Amino acid sequence: MRVPILKQGHYLIASIQSALTDADLLQLRDDLAEMAGKYRSRGIIVDVTALDVMDSFAVRTLRAIAHILRMRGARTVIVGIQPDVAFAMVQMGLTLGDTQTALDLEEGLDLLERGRDPRE
Amino acid sequence: MNETRVSIHSDADIITARRMGRELAEGVGFGGSELTVIATAISEIARNIIEYAGSGEIVLRQTQQGPKKGILVIARDRGPGIPDIELAMQDGYSTSKGIGLGLPGSRRLMDEFEVASTVGKGTTVTMKKWVA
Repeated sequence: MRVPILKQGHYLIASIQSALTDADLLQLRDDLAEMAGKYRSRGIIVDVTALDVMDSFAVRTLRAIAHILRMRGARTVIVGIQPDVAFAMVQMGLTLGDTQTALDLEEGLDLLERGRDPRE
Repeated sequence: MNETRVSIHSDADIITARRMGRELAEGVGFGGSELTVIATAISEIARNIIEYAGSGEIVLRQTQQGPKKGILVIARDRGPGIPDIELAMQDGYSTSKGIGLGLPGSRRLMDEFEVASTVGKGTTVTMKKWVA
């Protein structure tokens, strides 16, 4: 299932609606890379609230999305990682690296609005 | 005894396998984060089947040891096999496009974990988790 991507001002919001296959995740990566250029986006939010599992493939792809978009001058924030999902990721040893996260969509937009990441 | 078999042929089957695993685990008595942990481990070993063997199957079964109840997950394929299991169990080791966390990561998620493999014949991963 293709992930709907909403354009809101300078931002793109990708709201994952259900479990995604590996092919769906790669499609999301390509769609975001393309749209971010087309709309000159400065920030991208990927909402993963609906994901009940984030395995190594999903984590790797999300990290790749953030890195690709950074090279294109946009910041990515992953929002909505569920507590059980975070627990399983940590137990497995998966990390999002330097990819930014926020609790939910509202916090994610707030993070983008505040501009530069203090860690950068 | 409750048993489910899922054939693994495409990436969509990975999602089916972890959903079935979650359902079975719920029936066994697992809750909350344990269900996610089990589903994640199933996702990893199902993906290994796709990446290394192309196809195979996952068997999900309720299991019991004395008073302990748990879930048994068997992932079987007739792929190329793993020449060096010890190496494959190391973090970051991968011969495919992965990040090499599939097997060691799943082992950390489950209570018991075993890999049996014969080069040219295939690989069987057996893992268990017990209800706390």
